[in-house]
Amino acid sequence: LDGNGSLDNVEWLRPSPRLASMRRVEVAVVAVCVALIAGGALLASGLWLWAAVVVVVALAGGAVTAMLVERRVRTWGYAERADDLLVQHGLLVARLSVVPYGRMQFIDVTAGPVERAYGLVTVKLHTAAAATDARIPGLTEETGRGLRDRLASLGEANASGL
Amino acid sequence: MTVAADELWHRLSPLSPVVRLGRGGLAIFVLVVPALVTGHSAVDWNLAAYGGLLVVGVAGSIVSWLVTRWRVHEGALQKEEGLVRRQSLRFPLSQIQAVDVLQPALARVFGLAELRLRMGASQSSGRLAYLPIAEALALRERLLARREATTEPVPAEPVPSRLLFRVSTPRLVASFVLDLGSLALLAISVVVVVFVGSGALAIWIIPAGVGIWRRINAEYNRTVTEVPGGLHIEGGFVSTTAETIPLGRVQAVRLTEPILWRPFGWCRLLVVLAGRQARDAEAGDTTGRSARALIPVGTAEEAAALVRHLLPDVPLERRRPPARARWKAPLSYPNLAWDTNDAVLVATGGRLARITSWVPLEKVQSLRRERGPVQRRLRLETIRVDVAGRGVRASLRDRDIVEGEQALGELVELCRRARRPAA
Repeated sequence: LDGNGSLDNVEWLRPSPRLASMRRVEVAVVAVCVALIAGGALLASGLWLWAAVVVVVALAGGAVTAMLVERRVRTWGYAERADDLLVQHGLLVARLSVVPYGRMQFIDVTAGPVERAYGLVTVKLHTAAAATDARIPGLTEETGRGLRDRLASLGEANASGL
Repeated sequence: MTVAADELWHRLSPLSPVVRLGRGGLAIFVLVVPALVTGHSAVDWNLAAYGGLLVVGVAGSIVSWLVTRWRVHEGALQKEEGLVRRQSLRFPLSQIQAVDVLQPALARVFGLAELRLRMGASQSSGRLAYLPIAEALALRERLLARREATTEPVPAEPVPSRLLFRVSTPRLVASFVLDLGSLALLAISVVVVVFVGSGALAIWIIPAGVGIWRRINAEYNRTVTEVPGGLHIEGGFVSTTAETIPLGRVQAVRLTEPILWRPFGWCRLLVVLAGRQARDAEAGDTTGRSARALIPVGTAEEAAALVRHLLPDVPLERRRPPARARWKAPLSYPNLAWDTNDAVLVATGGRLARITSWVPLEKVQSLRRERGPVQRRLRLETIRVDVAGRGVRASLRDRDIVEGEQALGELVELCRRARRPAA
């Protein structure tokens, strides 16, 4: 390997620490909604025992997921190298993507309602391959926009044909 | 017509509306005519409705023919269409991935053909439906020649076309029988006939039959010939298709050896191109997928010869995964291997069928590494090589972690060198 350096000693950049609290809120909202809707429906049809079970399971599942959020969020990382972008994530299945700048077709910067409330964005890279999986969530708006602009100009400079 | 004549606006063949109406019109005709003959009064309203539909359809397709025109201008095929919503489409010749000539059954009756330009982008395709067949073939030649002129230098003198492969019909028929899918269907059918009765059979026999018919229709008499700058694929039973694939647009080559074909040494060879298209059911056209079968069924020698033609420099070695990968992938372990040189990567896998994929390194879009929970325990990892298109990739499955890391670094570097900057 030349100036690119080995994949082992890469300086990983991490998403904003706010991503973890955002994910926890998301998990909590989903768990509470499931508990309320399913529990309420079951209670209304008189199955109070089942209603209690569903509520407990939903809340317990939410609590466990929320505890794992911290570890899952910590697995996200990205690195801009000389010729390509590296993105890694995944707790159960650890994934690493290498996307050459020359292969980027377009870059999305999206922010859902919850993300907007936290001032975070998700940057996603697209290549001609549908399987390419290079998504970086939880960047601050400023970082996200900077990354997008840098990637776009790098992509243009290195563009190679299909 | 000549190159100069292409610059003028042209209409499609006046018979186009007839073919365009195709089966829909025919079906209505079949419904209406008997009703007219018997003069049955109960169907009068239906009759009126069908008649109305037919009139609207005929008028619509005639108008659409009247307002459609095309020409080749400023290095692009231009097409204008639409009465209410006028549309002007432009297909740059330099971006053509392939040009197909399709002949649905009805078009064949009238000696017409559809010309289809396959572009790099996912959905857009230029369709000229329909032209007289001779004109369609000549226009395709001219378009491809001009595309070459804009992108790559034209070969000094045209190489005479050389036959590379022709599918044998008995083998094609046998290959449909020796198919796990059709055998399973047969088994289910027998069970159903025995326990339920033959009436229930119709529900899936018909769609299955249609599917098999489509494949036979598409793969019958498939021939591959060498033409300047690419390969020419032809074939078809009732409706015929012909297309030319520029060699430089091949994203991957895939060889499949289904377990039931193994005793006979048969295999199937596909090429993967960029760009995909909705399947054209009317023409029984399976070319719409991004993968095209060069060899629907053939021998290993035939496949090897074609692979050499497509990718002259393929790695011949095979690096096997460590023996402990058997625990992770018990079924596919015997098939797992990979290797690379500085031009082409090869990876094999598959559980029941052995699948070999060759990917030119200059076409690789991205690389991915995966470590699942079982793999971590066994110190294994999988490296995926993504190529343009959907679900197309070669996988270096279950490699030793040390080897995998080395391979990933090596591949990143080899792909970087293989990529050439866009013109």
